[in-house]
Amino acid sequence: MELLYPITPTHYLVLSAVLFGIGVTGVLSRKNIFISLMSLELMLNAVNLSFVTFSRINGDITGHVIVLFVVAIAAAEACVGLAIVIALYRLKETVDLDLFQSLKD
Amino acid sequence: MGLETFQYKTLVQFDWIWVILAAPLLGALINGSLVLIASRRKTVFAPTLYATLACGAAVLSFVAAWFTFLHFKALPEGSVLTQELFDWIEAGPFHVRMSFELDALSMTMAVFITFVSGLIHLYSIGYMKDDPGFGRFFTYLNLFLFSMLVLVMAENLLVLFLGWEGVGFCSYLLIGFWFDDEAKANAGKKAIIVNRIGDAGFLAGLLVIFTLAGTFNFNDLQLGKHAFSEWSATLICLCFFFGAAGKSAQIPLYIWLPDAMAGPTPVSALIHAATMVTAGVYLIARLNFLYVLAPWASTIVAVIGCLTALLGATLALSQNDIKKVLAYSTISQLGFMFLGVGVSAYESGIFHLITHGFFKACLFLAAGSVIHSLKGEQDIRKMGGLLKHIPMTSVSFLLGWMAITGILPFCGGFNSKDEILWKALSTPNPVIPFLSQLLYFTALFTAFLTAYYMTRLVVLVFFGEYRGEKDLYEHLHESPKIMTLPVLLLAIGSLFSGWIGMPEAIGGGNTLGKFLQPIFHLSTVESTNVSSKMEPLLMALSWLIAMLGVGVAWYVYGLKHKISPMLLKLIPGGQKALEKKYYVDELYDILVVRMVKGFANWISDRLVEQILINRIVEGLVQGAALLAHWTRKTQRGLVRFYLAYVVAGAALLIYLILH
Repeated sequence: MELLYPITPTHYLVLSAVLFGIGVTGVLSRKNIFISLMSLELMLNAVNLSFVTFSRINGDITGHVIVLFVVAIAAAEACVGLAIVIALYRLKETVDLDLFQSLKD
Repeated sequence: MGLETFQYKTLVQFDWIWVILAAPLLGALINGSLVLIASRRKTVFAPTLYATLACGAAVLSFVAAWFTFLHFKALPEGSVLTQELFDWIEAGPFHVRMSFELDALSMTMAVFITFVSGLIHLYSIGYMKDDPGFGRFFTYLNLFLFSMLVLVMAENLLVLFLGWEGVGFCSYLLIGFWFDDEAKANAGKKAIIVNRIGDAGFLAGLLVIFTLAGTFNFNDLQLGKHAFSEWSATLICLCFFFGAAGKSAQIPLYIWLPDAMAGPTPVSALIHAATMVTAGVYLIARLNFLYVLAPWASTIVAVIGCLTALLGATLALSQNDIKKVLAYSTISQLGFMFLGVGVSAYESGIFHLITHGFFKACLFLAAGSVIHSLKGEQDIRKMGGLLKHIPMTSVSFLLGWMAITGILPFCGGFNSKDEILWKALSTPNPVIPFLSQLLYFTALFTAFLTAYYMTRLVVLVFFGEYRGEKDLYEHLHESPKIMTLPVLLLAIGSLFSGWIGMPEAIGGGNTLGKFLQPIFHLSTVESTNVSSKMEPLLMALSWLIAMLGVGVAWYVYGLKHKISPMLLKLIPGGQKALEKKYYVDELYDILVVRMVKGFANWISDRLVEQILINRIVEGLVQGAALLAHWTRKTQRGLVRFYLAYVVAGAALLIYLILH
């Protein structure tokens, strides 16, 4: 179908950048640990999108392969992150990031 | 002064020079290690071990020097022996080698030093027999010998300075040998501090020479000596003379030598009669090519030498300690040597150096023998009539006395002192007219005083009635052979040493003068003041003056039995002034010592303690604490902020990479 405004791979890259930015903002500014972790996942997926786009641009399959790696790693990292959250909860009975201040002198 | 062409010396490589130096150095190192090991293990090695090592080293050094001398004599005239050991300093164009050169002057000094040193090592075996620091003593003696040999055999000024500093340091160690006694330790400190003040002059001279000529090598300096203007040469010569004044106890830096008598007597004999104090004379003789370019400097050297001779002689008149008399006598005789080199009579200065070394060492060692026999008594007012009881020592002392007063014609100091007197009178001084006559008559008067105080010493110690403690008198006996034989040898040597410089005016051969001629011939000044026919007459005059001194002293002390000098009572305050040594030490105390101490205290208490530590350092500490207080506020402990910093840093990096 004829589109008024053709969608080029550039759009995907911009989308990826925007998603990455939203993810960074979420990681840095959320109080709840879970939201922070979810934002981290968002960042990873944004990068996945960008890899796939490049793969389409270059006609290469390398991008797809990298994405597979990233997905696997993201999954593992999510497990580890959640395990840490459980340990932290057991310590302080809260998931409020602002209450974990032991690093302060 | 004809300075046409420099007769180039033939440098002959001789690979055994190092033995002369290595023997005492190894002796010192091995003995020193043994002393350290013994003190660690709380044991004591047999004194024989130390003695054998040290004396063996000294004797080996002498034998090596003697063989080198024979080799030297066999070479054609104008050759010098050299050996280069290694490159010492290499910094671009600045190149200094550790190398040694033996020309006639160094050869003479080396043989003389090793000979006298060897005899003193042997003497010390007896003298220091029961001393717990026996091993330490011999270590220092060997180290001293090594340093002195480095000094006289050096091929350039920097190696000479190495030996120069070395002898000063060993002198400190040896003077303050019995450092448990505070006064003795202070004597050692005084010696090295005054020496160091002179060394400042030496360093200044080194710097000027290097700035102007770019080299320290004696050969190079002599070859390029036209590069020095009269003023630069004068400056250099005065700087080095200041160094020599410190080392050889001339005005104004002689004050350490009388105090140095606190050290053991062999030390006084070796260092303060024969070797270290002669280093100053040697330096000036070495640099004769510079002094010849600077008549003002030479004049100052001669005048100060003459004044010091007079000062030493007058102070020796009133001393009551046998060693102090000899100490002031040394100062006086050194003044004679400087007078000699100051009137460009370099061979005469060196000649007197050698004869003086023999008779003064003999006198000191004999005095040590006397002190040893009297179980430590040094006051001559408590001696007397010792001739019958310690004959060998007494005879040696008397032979030395004859040598120093010059009453035995042509023996001992007669020739050397006479040569200096003759040269002082007959060499016209280019800057001050009448100076030659003035110097001559002052020196002649000093010779009279020399005869007087030495005869006073001899009469009060060896003749007349014994005035000391009775029980000492009963146990009076001669020192062991190991002490008396070297002294006797030195005594005989001191008499015969005059024969190496028999004046030509009476048909002598002047062996020493001819031997040293290649070194000094370009710096010799014509003696035109007085006709040379007068020389034998002046010789007779100085002999008469010496006899007069001996006669008057014999009359006053021998026949009239007076103990204190009576002439001084004529001058009001004179007696007190002599006793207080002309108040020189007090003067220095006010001028220098108090200032230096005050300055040192100011630095340590006010500057370092109050200002530096309290204000500056603690101020810095407080500043750092303040800074920390403010930067601490960024650490909130929340992971979010840390992550933010990470992201910011990453963004910055990417920006930098992409641009």
